[in-house]
Amino acid sequence: MKYLRLVVANLGRHKLRTVLTILSVALALFLFASLRSVVTTLAATAQFGGARRLVTLNATGLVFPLPLAYGNRIKALPGVTGLSWANWFGGRYGDGNTFFANFAVDPESYLAIYPEIVLPADQKQAFFQDRTGALIGERLISRYGWKLGQNVTLQGTIFPGDWTFTIRGVYTPTDPAIGDDVLIFHHEYFDERIGRAGIAGWYIVEIDDASHAAAIAKSIDDVFRNSSSPTKTGTEREFQASFATMWGNVSFLMSTIGLAVVFAILLVTANAMMMSARERTGEIAVLKTIGFSDRLLFGLVMVEAGALALTGAVLGLGAAKLLYPAINFNGAGFLPGFKVTTSTLVVGLLVALGLMLASGLVPALRAARLPVVQALRKVE
Amino acid sequence: MALVEIRDVHKSFQREEQRIEVFTGLTLDIDAGSFTALMGPSGSGKSTLLNLVAGLDRPTRGVVRVGGAEVSTMSASQLAAWRARNIGFVFQSFNLLPVLTAYQNVELPLLLTNLSGKDRVERVKIALDVVGLSDRADHYPRQLSGGQEQRTAIARAIVADPTLILLDEPTGQLDAKSSQEVLSLLQRLNNEFNKTIIIVTHDAHAAERAKSTLHLEKGDLIEKRAVAAAR
Amino acid sequence: MIPIVYNVRSVVQRPVSTALTALGVGLVVAVFIGMLALANGFRAALARTGSETNAMVLRKGADSELSSGLGRDVASIIAADPHVATGSDGRPLVSPEVYVLIPLAKSFDTTQIANVVVRGISDQAWQVRQNVKITAGQRPTSGRAEVCVGSRLTQRFPHTVIGQTLRFGGRDWSVVCNFTAAGSAFESEIWGENEQFMPVFRGEVFQSITFRLKDPAAFEEAQRALQDDKRMTVDVRRESDFYAQQSQLLSNILSFLAVMITGIMAVGAVFGAINTMYAAIASRAPEIGVLLTLGFKPWTVLVSFLAESAFIALIGGFLGCLFALPLNGIVTSTTNWSSFSEIAFSFRVTPLLLLVGVAFAVVMGIVGGFFPALRAARLQVVQALR
Repeated sequence: MKYLRLVVANLGRHKLRTVLTILSVALALFLFASLRSVVTTLAATAQFGGARRLVTLNATGLVFPLPLAYGNRIKALPGVTGLSWANWFGGRYGDGNTFFANFAVDPESYLAIYPEIVLPADQKQAFFQDRTGALIGERLISRYGWKLGQNVTLQGTIFPGDWTFTIRGVYTPTDPAIGDDVLIFHHEYFDERIGRAGIAGWYIVEIDDASHAAAIAKSIDDVFRNSSSPTKTGTEREFQASFATMWGNVSFLMSTIGLAVVFAILLVTANAMMMSARERTGEIAVLKTIGFSDRLLFGLVMVEAGALALTGAVLGLGAAKLLYPAINFNGAGFLPGFKVTTSTLVVGLLVALGLMLASGLVPALRAARLPVVQALRKVE
Repeated sequence: MALVEIRDVHKSFQREEQRIEVFTGLTLDIDAGSFTALMGPSGSGKSTLLNLVAGLDRPTRGVVRVGGAEVSTMSASQLAAWRARNIGFVFQSFNLLPVLTAYQNVELPLLLTNLSGKDRVERVKIALDVVGLSDRADHYPRQLSGGQEQRTAIARAIVADPTLILLDEPTGQLDAKSSQEVLSLLQRLNNEFNKTIIIVTHDAHAAERAKSTLHLEKGDLIEKRAVAAAR
Repeated sequence: MIPIVYNVRSVVQRPVSTALTALGVGLVVAVFIGMLALANGFRAALARTGSETNAMVLRKGADSELSSGLGRDVASIIAADPHVATGSDGRPLVSPEVYVLIPLAKSFDTTQIANVVVRGISDQAWQVRQNVKITAGQRPTSGRAEVCVGSRLTQRFPHTVIGQTLRFGGRDWSVVCNFTAAGSAFESEIWGENEQFMPVFRGEVFQSITFRLKDPAAFEEAQRALQDDKRMTVDVRRESDFYAQQSQLLSNILSFLAVMITGIMAVGAVFGAINTMYAAIASRAPEIGVLLTLGFKPWTVLVSFLAESAFIALIGGFLGCLFALPLNGIVTSTTNWSSFSEIAFSFRVTPLLLLVGVAFAVVMGIVGGFFPALRAARLQVVQALR
């Protein structure tokens, strides 16, 4: 547009002010996008989980184990096409200041029921064949610098002692729901060392059809309802979702801060716009004398505000979108699959638009309504 | 033939508690192709008259007509459009936008037209040429002397080829040499290009360069003296 | 020195610009105080949970009560130990405890499950833990399926008030009392008799044994004696240290977030201050010229404008405190990932925190005002008066 040069020239009047304002907007929208992404990521984790997998826990609480004997009875139920089990180990590595999940599994059935755990066939075989072997998620390689074939020792917390495993395989998850920083080892070895065979932390049950989930879950729980360890079965998705709610009010907190941030930038931008406007009353009067209409001047001021807001938005939102995948951020494991979604970008742009309107409106109206004669008198 | 017709114009201002009457029934004509100096002590209403002619202000009573258009009754947006086409205005100071080059400043009125980019370039070049500042086109106002600034403002005032050029104390802040430059230019615009010029001024030298003088005192026309055209 | 009234009046003369800048600073300070109050509250809740006069015994290597297991024999050994204080009735102040987590659905949204701590205590627990007070009802009677519910649970979970029946572990439990514990983590727990809980949950093991130190200053000696005792393999910690350590992970996360978020916002606020001050100085150049002409030295001009910027920021700081104060006492809850249990705590805005917030604001003002003030000080008189 032919007026573009005028807008750009005006923005270049106080380069420092323009740069600072754009940076403020960028910073704030970066923060906004980050905070909102925490909220969206947590919400997304509630969507994790295979539709055809159920999780069976001890009804009393997830810290209580189930008898291994339950396995065959569950497998025998109609609609059940696969079964595996695992036990939370909770071992500590090194000084214990970093944390990763580790549990004992039944290797063949576990890898069969989780096709999302992908690793080379030779490593898979090596893992199956080594009773003290371990499979680790690829993130642990980058975090600790471990290598294939290396020995790793964990301190047992629930099950005391030093537990040494040999890394036999490194897996890549094809679904963010499967953590990429987990260590799994043989249930057999676990049973041997604790001397008490026959417990499972939880069962994973594969079913024939997702629509049968509720019915099959109920049938499983019915079997054990009156036994010493009654069960509670739900879809894997429900199981994951319950973890998300354990965060409590965090989502609300993030949203509130996000709001405060947006408000703060609004103030900064509005301030900058008004300062510019005040200094230019004389010029605006001259433009009006030349014949620039009120409406045109209104538009020019709004476009100026929009340019500031939009540039800042692109910088800030863009930085957020690119930064987190680049550093492979997952909130120390608490925010798996963390990313800035399209909806966050859209909301961010809307915020920028709102910013433009809110900060530009008053100066634009002032410019449009400027009584030329009074302004000219000041000019002379 | 009268280009500007002022008929029984009254104008008053409200300042604090007082009502100030600037004009109480002023009537005068200004012919096309004339070069008129408006003089008088401060408070006599010179600038106000200029504003009325430019359509920047409206009389409380009476009619102002410029080139047949009844300026005193047009709406704000109509006036804006009309000014863009018909008026060139030069102020005493702060004419130019400091963030634009001389060229860009002169181009401003043309942005309001439908001219193509190429046509605009040509017009601006001509205007700068007429005022003798072609070599300074890329300079910013802070890089120009006072006289050069005013000449740039004049270039801006003529670039859209308006019928009327209005100047409010254009030499007020200039030294003698620059004033001469500006006034010679104005004479040339009037003689060679037949532009109608009204200049408000305190400067007797400036008035001498004009073809006729109007004296205002307390809103009344005192005398109208014709000065010999040839100099 | 340039009189401060000059700055105050100048600030008042541009009310909108000043207000906007101050508000921006205020918001940053409010978020800063709010987040640190959150971390504070969490830490305080856990810190108050443990007492310096008590010691806690866990199985060696266990990092939380959840992963620990101690047999009855260990409980007897500890009860007989000379380092353990005795109560007024002559019995040792020892409480061997069962610790489990049960899933409870929240009142306002039953799809939200929280893992709530259920603690099986001995009747000595009420003495061992000095800050626990029963606010309504009577202690659970030995041998009965009765529980006492912490005060922070009653509003958020159903069936937790006296007279109601809570169901967990496949049995029904009558709620016979409610208790407070000086805002500590215990208030988010359900207490009952350890002998009642053992058969329902983990069998014949306790998770922890807490006792009152006969001589709190002699903790190290007691620790050594018990940890060296070959009849058992235990870790002994001061109760206060244990809970402080439990709070570390989450409070570190919260503090980190607080610093990061407010850091970024602060940069934005500083930019705002810079803009405001530069504009102010630009419009007041003639005044500065006059001051310099009158004989005020440039450095006094610098200090003057720094003070002005700090003053605006100070107003913002007070505003921020005003915004943050209502947060104090608001109860929120989350899962303490170290112990995997639900804990409720309240925002804790302390006078120190408010002071830090205001100081933070002033720092922002000074940082933001520095370069503009420098420019003002370097103004040449001729330039300024033109």
